[in-house]
Amino acid sequence: MIHDLNILLPEIFLSLSIFTILMLGVFIRKSFNIVFNLTSLILILIIAIILNNSNSTEKIFLDSFIRDPFSNYFKILILISSLFILNSSKNFIKENRLDKFEYPIIILLSILGMFFMVSANDIILFYLGLELQSLSLYILASIDRDNLRSSESGIKYFVLSALSSGLLLYGCSLLYGFTGSTNFDLIADQLSKENVGAVFAMVFILVGLAFKVSAVPFHMWTPDVYEGAPTSITNYFAIVPKVAGLALLIKFMFIPFSNILIEWQTILIFISIASMILGAVAAIVQKNIKRLLAYSSIGHIGYALAGVATGAVSGYESSIIYISIYVVMNIGAFSCLYLLKKDGQYKENISDLSGISKKHPLLAISFLIILFSMAGIPPLAGFFAKFYVFTAVLEQKMYALAIIGLLTTVISAFYYLKIIKTIYFDDSVITFESVKNKTAQVSIFLSCSILLTFFLYPSILSNLVNSLFLS
Amino acid sequence: MDFPILSTLIFLPLISSFFIFLSKDKKNISSAIYISLFSSIGTFLLSLFLWYSLDVNTADFQFVEEKSWINNFIKFKLGIDGISILFIVLTAFITPICIISCINSVKDRVKEFLIAILVLETFMIGVFCSLDLVIFYLFFEGGLIPMFLIIGVWGGSRRVYSAFKFFLFTLLGSVLMLVAIIVIYWLTGTTDITQIYEIKIPKEYQNLLWLAFLSSFAVKTPMWPVHTWLPDAHVEAPTAGSVILAAILLKMAGYGFLRFSIPMFPHASEFFTPLIYSLSIIAIIYTSLVALMQDDMKKLIAYSSVAHMGYVTLGIFTLTKQGIEGSIYQMISHGLISAALFLCVGVVYDRLHSRLISTYGGLVNYLPKYSLLFLIFTLAALGLPGTTGFLGEFLILTGTFQKSYLAAMLATLGVVLGAAYMLWLAKRVIFGVTKNSKIETLSDVNTLEIIMLASLAFFVIFFGFYPTPLIETISTSVNGLIDNYQLALNSR
Repeated sequence: MIHDLNILLPEIFLSLSIFTILMLGVFIRKSFNIVFNLTSLILILIIAIILNNSNSTEKIFLDSFIRDPFSNYFKILILISSLFILNSSKNFIKENRLDKFEYPIIILLSILGMFFMVSANDIILFYLGLELQSLSLYILASIDRDNLRSSESGIKYFVLSALSSGLLLYGCSLLYGFTGSTNFDLIADQLSKENVGAVFAMVFILVGLAFKVSAVPFHMWTPDVYEGAPTSITNYFAIVPKVAGLALLIKFMFIPFSNILIEWQTILIFISIASMILGAVAAIVQKNIKRLLAYSSIGHIGYALAGVATGAVSGYESSIIYISIYVVMNIGAFSCLYLLKKDGQYKENISDLSGISKKHPLLAISFLIILFSMAGIPPLAGFFAKFYVFTAVLEQKMYALAIIGLLTTVISAFYYLKIIKTIYFDDSVITFESVKNKTAQVSIFLSCSILLTFFLYPSILSNLVNSLFLS
Repeated sequence: MDFPILSTLIFLPLISSFFIFLSKDKKNISSAIYISLFSSIGTFLLSLFLWYSLDVNTADFQFVEEKSWINNFIKFKLGIDGISILFIVLTAFITPICIISCINSVKDRVKEFLIAILVLETFMIGVFCSLDLVIFYLFFEGGLIPMFLIIGVWGGSRRVYSAFKFFLFTLLGSVLMLVAIIVIYWLTGTTDITQIYEIKIPKEYQNLLWLAFLSSFAVKTPMWPVHTWLPDAHVEAPTAGSVILAAILLKMAGYGFLRFSIPMFPHASEFFTPLIYSLSIIAIIYTSLVALMQDDMKKLIAYSSVAHMGYVTLGIFTLTKQGIEGSIYQMISHGLISAALFLCVGVVYDRLHSRLISTYGGLVNYLPKYSLLFLIFTLAALGLPGTTGFLGEFLILTGTFQKSYLAAMLATLGVVLGAAYMLWLAKRVIFGVTKNSKIETLSDVNTLEIIMLASLAFFVIFFGFYPTPLIETISTSVNGLIDNYQLALNSR
């Protein structure tokens, strides 16, 4: 029993500390700062706990919860990215009067949900984790409750997401009905192509998951929610739930659905191609940076899904590499937004960026590096992300997917170039204040350093990811 | 060879660009120029040392460096042979000239400009050193970023359009090459080209892979009909940008044909020879005619570049010793001559801010030194014996006559047209009556400009009369290339 609890230690610690700081928040006046700092501390402590714990594969509680290198990798990715997102957005949160003590607590709750998502080995546990995460996200989307757009985006997200959760749950119950089990391993044994009902269930579950990672054609909520929610929340939305969603998707394809690869592969190829094309084409006409990043994230998810669509371990690995580099790029990109301030207002139009290369050369060059990396131009890290994915895709001889994917990178390069053009070629319209935001600057610096120096030794990441699937 | 001399050569400019980045703004612009000049001349001397110590009697790769890079997958492998060393020396020679030229012509954001040039130099040398397809692709594509900025930030009025066109055309061509590279990896299990030469790619795959590589190289060369980005990019780029573009970036594709397309896909190369012949002939004749019509000096030279590169592709795919040697010679010669011509345009552009031919006329009366230099380079560009331009075209035509009379005769027509547009350009700019009163007030070339142009003129004439050092360097490697090609064709 103690052994089981030891495996569950990160989750237990997280839940207990959430209750503790919730109490602190309720009983201490003006508690935002202390709750916020404790949250950062908790995140760091959990990273330490996970790293300190053994990394071996163990299943507990009737095989419903699994602790393995795969889940640990994703937990650490989630924690590190949340840590950076929270801290670089602290100034933004305070200046936009979002400094309620619930803010960091809800973020922690959603992280708890994601922990169960990536560690689940059972449909029920996975669904509980997913719902805990989703409910926290609904609140986060509308946290700026006096702002019409924020509330609207919260409602929109809630309605559509609840619908998709319903589909997902329906799929889960079908899966239980046709296989007689809720455990992933047992389902995997039961599933076969002849089991038509289970194939239906798979489609429903896939739809639900595609919604969570905002893949086309279930992406409609993304641009509106990204634009409407406060930037700090958008930042969180664009990175952390995507990581958890992709982890879950890979897990589903890898364990329960591995026997019906033929059935889901076509669907995933379609979703992947559609996301890549829509992400590339629709972003061209955007004028708002957050909206543009929404479409760009749809496109990026398309590339990550192309790796999953191969149905091979090398493909899953390439997807994980892709999403890790995506996290680094997006943390940098959003941190740049926290530095674009004029008269107390944070600017989010692309045209506002014009001419920052003269007044803020360092910010401009960071933007340049991040955007070229997102476009996938070598020798930046974004190129390697795409390179790994398409290597895996071509290993399975899926030539059409690879060629379409690479052609969409050319289209998407166009809109990234358009932002670079605004930054570097146009004359400045407005002058931004020089914002003192050390943590955002550190995030940008780290992100750019990783993107720039990744090519020196790309094996670090690929070795790490390779080791996830060894067990 | 224990000392990683090629890595040093590649990363020296990158490291010095980092120092420029650290140097303070405004006051220390001259220090930025000194750092960049110092490092680029150092790179040039190092490349000369490399040329000197290269053993030209073997076709093997030398100074090979190998490090594991992506585990069990790709090695960071560098190495040079007789063909690549010439391009490396050319790159290292042109870069300091570009840096000198920007002292006069770039007024705004000098520091960033120098950084862009040096980063670009790293990528260009890297392209010519890499012995691994992925490393090659990395350097080949990476060069897009600084060039895009050079055109876009420091360019002329339509710079945005030109920069986008340049970037997207090249990227579009290259992604297909990336697909081909990955497919080759799955076919042969390696991306190390020396191993791929040995393993031999199955015949049924060769044609498609060859076409994928062509899509990239054709855009970069540029070959008709995908050459349209070049005139735009040249016209809008600042002088130094045009020089690098014409002198080195265009040569990457020619080098790519020699290093990758022919040795890796011999059957496809033979199969597609007629296609290359026709595209090259069209490029030579059509763009020469277009060049005749231009009223913008830079555009005229840009179109003449397309025509000259047409000779290069023609010569390479004759697959004869003369043809290939001529092509390499022509690439080096065009690198020197077109660089010099763009610099010449830059010299008068800095003074009058016009590139239109009609603005000028009768320069010989007021700028005698400039006119002499300009005339040397126009005559070299049309292939006057005694300059490098002659020998390249002559060898290529000799090679072509062995393979196809028709192609050779049509290509010879291009020589006449080349003479026509170049002489007409000289006549309208240098000679004639001075219509523009501003010309009378112009100052002749200053010391820096003389250093740049005279050093280029020296090599154009020196190698025109005494081509032996160049031919000796490439001869063994070209023989090896042709032997392997014939061997592969016969072993069908």
